[in-house]
Amino acid sequence: MITILSDHWQELLTGLGWTLLSSVLALIFSLIIGSLFAIMEVTESKVARTIARIYIEIFRNIPLLVITSFFYLVIPMYIVKVNGFTAGTIGLTIYTSAFIAETVRSGIQSVDPGQMEGARANGLTFWQAMSNVILPQAFLLVIPPLGNQFVNLVKNSSVLAFVAGFDLMYQANNIASITFDTINSYMVVGVLYLIITMPISYYMRYLEKRLA
Amino acid sequence: MKSFIDAYSWINLRYLLEGLWITVEVSVASVILSFILGSFLGIIRYTKIKYVSAIVGFIIDLIRNLPLLLIIFFTYFGLPNFGFKPEIIPATILAMTIFESTMLAEIIRSGIQAVPNGQMEGARANGLTYWQAMFQIILPQAYKKMIPALVSQFISLIKDTSLATIIVLPDLTYHAQIIYGQNANYIIPMFLALAVMYFIVCYGLSVLANYIDRRLA
Repeated sequence: MITILSDHWQELLTGLGWTLLSSVLALIFSLIIGSLFAIMEVTESKVARTIARIYIEIFRNIPLLVITSFFYLVIPMYIVKVNGFTAGTIGLTIYTSAFIAETVRSGIQSVDPGQMEGARANGLTFWQAMSNVILPQAFLLVIPPLGNQFVNLVKNSSVLAFVAGFDLMYQANNIASITFDTINSYMVVGVLYLIITMPISYYMRYLEKRLA
Repeated sequence: MKSFIDAYSWINLRYLLEGLWITVEVSVASVILSFILGSFLGIIRYTKIKYVSAIVGFIIDLIRNLPLLLIIFFTYFGLPNFGFKPEIIPATILAMTIFESTMLAEIIRSGIQAVPNGQMEGARANGLTYWQAMFQIILPQAYKKMIPALVSQFISLIKDTSLATIIVLPDLTYHAQIIYGQNANYIIPMFLALAVMYFIVCYGLSVLANYIDRRLA
């Protein structure tokens, strides 16, 4: 393990960087998209609710790998040339946004309906009430599940290896094929993944206990 | 349009369905094995046996926080170094079982915790041993409550089997790749077919689970 670390620390560090970058970008965008669909699901408009439902159910029930390789193969054919990292991050964003939409919706629904009624009665529009009153409370409630989603994102970002996304997993395969030391290469990368994911998931468990 | 019709020729469709069958086989085997192992691990973690539970808990957390892809690689390319070389399908089932059983262990542990304490106390007061009470009183109630969480974990297991294409598991995704690898015009039709097939299996399962959940509630 030590030799792998000392010989290949540059590749490992780049891999870690790309993994983190892709996870953080995907988190930000999927929070935005997911919240939009979550709000659509709690509006009174039947059309909006149906659209949101369809989006969420479709992308929750298709493997991430299929979504990612779709973007990797199809966008360059018709729209614009993208590299594996971009295609992978788009795929991750869309896949995760469906899960985040479900999480945020449950957060919005667990805010007391009196909050919305009170806000509307005080003259706020639906969107003002949503963004100033409901969402801040909803997000506070769903911090632990969102944190777990981020852990999943970091783990799922390993599909970037399928589309040459330069991430940790991709570097692990490279190092393993150069050194023929599969066990140690994967162990080093495993430890790097754990360094990111373990603290977050323990902290989220602590938060869950405190909120409960 | 013509490429769409060509792409869905009988030979291609049959090839996709053969892939789907492998996906289903691997998923069912992994669901059964990981459910058994996961229940066992979840109970150990809940029961708080001195040292054992803490160690098992830590190992569960380690595996849960690793990417499944890494575990698949490790089982298929790493284990042969220890003198154990599984074939592709057993290796996939092994990797899926290791990973999913830790996910299930957490679900099962929290399911057991959600059963009111009085149930255990009442069962013990009626003369049942701890394990009798666990298996006959607590677990049946816990499983009933866990159905939605268990099923969504099973759905993600089915989706995750697609990752094993990297070790050339001949599943649905891999067969689609072979087909569109021969003709670039088939890329979009094949992705559409993939999406539809996975969707039917996964969404169908969640509809079934909702139905069962409502019947039991």
